[in-house]
Amino acid sequence: MIETVTGTKVQSVPGFFHLARLGFLYTILAVSALFMIVPFLWMLSTSLKADQYVLTMPPQFFPRPLTLRSYIRLAELFPIGRMFFNSLFVAILTTLGQLLSSSMAAYAFARMRFKGSGVLFLLYLATLMIPSQVTITPLFILMRHLGWINTYQGLILPGVFSAFGTFLLRQFFLTIPRELEEAALIDGASHWTVYWRIILPLGKPALATLGVFSFMGSWNAFLWPLFVVRDLELMTLPVGLATLHGRWLTQWNLVMAGTVITVLPMLAVYLLAQQYFVRGVVLSGIKG
Amino acid sequence: MAGEKGLRKYTWVCFFLLPSLSGLALFTLIPILASLGLTFHEWDLLTPPRFVGLGNFQRLIHDRNFWSALAHTLYFIVGYIPLVMVIALGVAVVLNQRIRGVILFRTALFIPVVSAWVAVALLWKWIFNPKFGIVNYLLGLIGIQGPAWLFDPQWAMPAIIITSVWKDIGFVMVMFLAGLQGIPIEYYEAAAIDGASGWRRFRHITLPLLSPTTFFALIISLINSFQVFDQVWIMTGGGPAGATSVLVEQIVKNAFSYSRMGYAATLSWVLFLLVFIATAFQMHLQKQWVTYD
Repeated sequence: MIETVTGTKVQSVPGFFHLARLGFLYTILAVSALFMIVPFLWMLSTSLKADQYVLTMPPQFFPRPLTLRSYIRLAELFPIGRMFFNSLFVAILTTLGQLLSSSMAAYAFARMRFKGSGVLFLLYLATLMIPSQVTITPLFILMRHLGWINTYQGLILPGVFSAFGTFLLRQFFLTIPRELEEAALIDGASHWTVYWRIILPLGKPALATLGVFSFMGSWNAFLWPLFVVRDLELMTLPVGLATLHGRWLTQWNLVMAGTVITVLPMLAVYLLAQQYFVRGVVLSGIKG
Repeated sequence: MAGEKGLRKYTWVCFFLLPSLSGLALFTLIPILASLGLTFHEWDLLTPPRFVGLGNFQRLIHDRNFWSALAHTLYFIVGYIPLVMVIALGVAVVLNQRIRGVILFRTALFIPVVSAWVAVALLWKWIFNPKFGIVNYLLGLIGIQGPAWLFDPQWAMPAIIITSVWKDIGFVMVMFLAGLQGIPIEYYEAAAIDGASGWRRFRHITLPLLSPTTFFALIISLINSFQVFDQVWIMTGGGPAGATSVLVEQIVKNAFSYSRMGYAATLSWVLFLLVFIATAFQMHLQKQWVTYD
């Protein structure tokens, strides 16, 4: 099946074998793509069904009648709109906060020489090794002390400061040539000007990569919001979905409507910024 | 920077580091230290913490739930890692054949990766529904009576593994694809001139030259799979009869349901140690199979 790997070789293969090979490859690809897409179509199809057509055997793949009733009922029974807003609000603030705090620290590490920077940076790297489950219990206790259970700051702030983000941006900032900023500094520009006017614009690809991953990480996060939020009104979509499922166990059209609402915005972000997702995975193996 | 006065420079350094450093100190560093301290205490959050020395570790040794959670986590890893690596590699090799529409397929395969685990877990819980799910419907079409999946202690973990492999194929595949694209075409051309067959080229060129990527993907997948939680929590909650109880689920239950803060912290450090040992072990093994030019 790996008969010919290069484009140039393909031409020397006789027509029939070439076609057979292409057909074989496309079959594999089509099967795997279907395997990925069909479950999502099933999600959508279930969400568009009327109650009495959900639990049927054989399953109905094309809903007849097609109805948006489960979305409407979901909005009536459950503060799904509010949860959508919470998810968006938390994800946007987390992303902006992470970009700002990480890029500022990365600027100091990559562009300023100061005593102790090596040790401090090692400390950043060391925290990367500790899985988030280690800190989650004390963090939860800390939130109780601060009175931040069931608050936006409790949802947002612990996710804003990222050693990983600082590391990623520092590595990128190190590759930016120094001539521009040296000239600017000699001309009397402040470090803030250099950071804001030179480094950030030149660091856009890295910022975008970090941005999409911190947005995705926050939008999809489950464990921390599960710990810190109890009120329906403050839940983000994933925790809300888990609660929804707990309440209406067999109402799969309602639950699937909830999952569609959760998945679609992230899908849009992904389709718009696909290159940055690929870059992030390849560079660092992050998964959000 | 040459003409800058020392004091002014340090003011700037502090200014740039302050947000990140104070935030990480408060939300990461102090919790890490507190978590270490918690391992020697018992604390139910209602009464003051009580120092118990190594009591939590003694409890751990006799805790059946811990050992079964460890066993299930290893079961998950042993099922998940080979499947996701082999399938992702296969798809990546096909996608690397420089045929039309590669980006379209890559996009499709990556969609589960960006979807929230909670949504994916709910979707597959529905798909694996014993009576009305598509999996058992399809099995029924070829005359097989499907199991009760998530409700059957024997089949619950395989169902979770299948779901996890489905979600992560795209993630691992993108890493492999990047690695494959880094292999110079000249190697294959030389091999083709020597008359090496497709399989031999794969075995003797692709696999060795890809090994650094394979190693990277393996380490990342291993670290992630020790921390398996969201899908378990949603799909089975650790059940049925504890058949899918895993380490992080035990941490959450101890902290959350039983209010055993010290014990939960102890479990989390054991998890860290296990990840650390597994990673170090892989690092050690890599000398035997990873080739760097």
